[in-house]
Amino acid sequence: MSEARDQIINRIRASNGRTGPIDAEAAAKIQERLNRPPVNLIPERGKGEGAELVERFVEMAREASATVTRVASADEVPTAVEQFLMRENLPSEVVMAPDESLDALPWSDQPRLTIRRDRAQPSDYVSVTPAFAGIAETGTLMVHSGATTPYTLNFLPETHIAVLGAEKIVGAYEDAWARLRTKLKAAGETTLPRTVCLITGPSRTGDIEKKILLGMHGPLRLNIILVETDPKNC
Amino acid sequence: MEPVSHAFKESADRALENATQRRALSKMSHEFGAKRAKVVARLPEFDALRDQAKTIKDHVLENLDFYLETFEEKVTANGGHVHWCRTPEEARDAVLALCRDAGARTVAKGKSMITEEIGLNAFLEANGITPFETDLGEYILQLRGEAPSHITAPAVHLNIEQIADAFRDGHTGLDPARRLDEPQALLDEARAMLRDRFIEADVGITGANFLIAETGSTVIVTNEGNGDLSQTLPKIHIVVASIEKVVPTLEDAATILRLLARSATAQEITSYTTFSTGPKRADDLDGPEAFHVVLLDNGRSELLGGEFREVLRCIRCGACQSLCPVWGAVGGQAYGWVYSGPIGAVLTPALIGIGEARHLPEASTFCGMCESVCPMRIPLPKLMRRWREMAFEKKHTPGVARYGIGLWALFAKRPALYRLTVRAVIALLARIGRRKGRFRRLPLAGGWTAHRDLPAPQGGTFMDQWRSRGERNS
Repeated sequence: MSEARDQIINRIRASNGRTGPIDAEAAAKIQERLNRPPVNLIPERGKGEGAELVERFVEMAREASATVTRVASADEVPTAVEQFLMRENLPSEVVMAPDESLDALPWSDQPRLTIRRDRAQPSDYVSVTPAFAGIAETGTLMVHSGATTPYTLNFLPETHIAVLGAEKIVGAYEDAWARLRTKLKAAGETTLPRTVCLITGPSRTGDIEKKILLGMHGPLRLNIILVETDPKNC
Repeated sequence: MEPVSHAFKESADRALENATQRRALSKMSHEFGAKRAKVVARLPEFDALRDQAKTIKDHVLENLDFYLETFEEKVTANGGHVHWCRTPEEARDAVLALCRDAGARTVAKGKSMITEEIGLNAFLEANGITPFETDLGEYILQLRGEAPSHITAPAVHLNIEQIADAFRDGHTGLDPARRLDEPQALLDEARAMLRDRFIEADVGITGANFLIAETGSTVIVTNEGNGDLSQTLPKIHIVVASIEKVVPTLEDAATILRLLARSATAQEITSYTTFSTGPKRADDLDGPEAFHVVLLDNGRSELLGGEFREVLRCIRCGACQSLCPVWGAVGGQAYGWVYSGPIGAVLTPALIGIGEARHLPEASTFCGMCESVCPMRIPLPKLMRRWREMAFEKKHTPGVARYGIGLWALFAKRPALYRLTVRAVIALLARIGRRKGRFRRLPLAGGWTAHRDLPAPQGGTFMDQWRSRGERNS
């Protein structure tokens, strides 16, 4: 295989008019760009702060066929989950990310809910997960895999309920990456989680006569429970 | 797949008689044109982003060896493996070896043009491994044994009855009398059938829209979520990607992502943009145990050094196909290989040879729509023109056309002779056609008069009219 590698690399160099690697000075410059990635043009709609971003996020997420339930504090999340499932006539068994941000919520307020904390199984209908960030630009959630956030929860169940604190809403994709890098650095991680996903609305397809249908392979419903910024957390 | 691009003319003739396909294609280009214009208008920075994206990709191409080496280092550091492959054969063998090592019987596949390019499905099947396409459009085509007609909308040429027939033929275990006349019924059936394929697959294969040098990640851009299930449930995730897919950083990917969905499906962003980095971590509760990237060259490293370098900026959005009047009339399959429309007219000759693909650069009206919508600002008409010249130089152009061009050159180089001849021909035609004012048939113009009348010339040559107008104005 290394023969193929050498040949491909050498042909690329020849095509770029070189016989060897780029010179050390150029390489150092590129390496610096990789170490501290510059931010390119950010569209206006990816800028702004606070309430403005939250409203844009909600508007764009709804446009992408997600539903958004706004609650005043994290304590109201279990009730919001229960009410959403009732309203949509869905089963009350849920599989939930075993994450401390969710464990801390008063689930005992809703005894009708049966909660399993684990990765998803094909038989699961409803999942509840945290979201790492919300991106106002396009109403997008950033989620990632991890020990307490199994990735299958975002894709196997027909209904995905994502809990997002308003303080996690940023303007642009680049802002979300910056937050993820900060978090990883603080945890001493040098690599990204196995999977990071930008999720915008539920699964969809246009492959049958260009008609948009929801729920192709991933969730049919994406409900975002938006927890308005809690003054206690500020 | 074996290319049949040399038969473009025959295939195009057949396609023009396919009324079902023509209806589907015409709906596609009209709707897409309007939707794209709307979504682009909502992002005032769209053209500035195109400029930046072009700059990013040009920078990558200039330093491609460095970025690929960096990408490989990162993948390896994350516990993954990179397999460098010069040819489709090497890539197919690499995938097969990985499947065999895993004792795989079935493979779940996300959508990937590169696996089409290397003919992976037929090869795996011939070697006793069953690949299942899981993107709905690709799944329908697999059931029908067809090639995709568009990069992002592979089954756009089919109507619901044809899809229902494919499901009845392919899903033999189900009640043959079931109703499949609503799109929702087809979706439900496909979802249920493919769910089991994801669960039982030993290996998941996806393509990549981007490779990120900074992090060693591979990126897929999808709407259905099939790519995510394909790469999360099986034990092994194999990514098949070509070398020009690399971009430097997550920020650079973000810039190009703002162009991709808007150009591909007129969406702000697709439902899922997934960044995969190495195999699952020790404490992860799900994910694949192994992560392999099969990197394909297939002539691209040489393409980089020539006149077609700019085509390597392509991000496979398919906007040039959706809005091309020729693609919109004959559909993608007439092009006889994996890539169709303007991008196919430029890329296909580079990958399978101008001899086999000589008709494709001719399949253009040079209206310029493709270049005007290309998010990466690839000068597609210029590159098609260059292929035409090369086909002529290499004598792939048929004798009659070469003779015609030679004859044209004879007159074009002698203006006085040209004017005299044209004046004489026009006077003759005007005289013969003066009673009816049009010709239903005319020697040497059968290609025109087979479909419409040719008006008889009126009022002398353009040059004569121009001169007399100049005299009047002065």
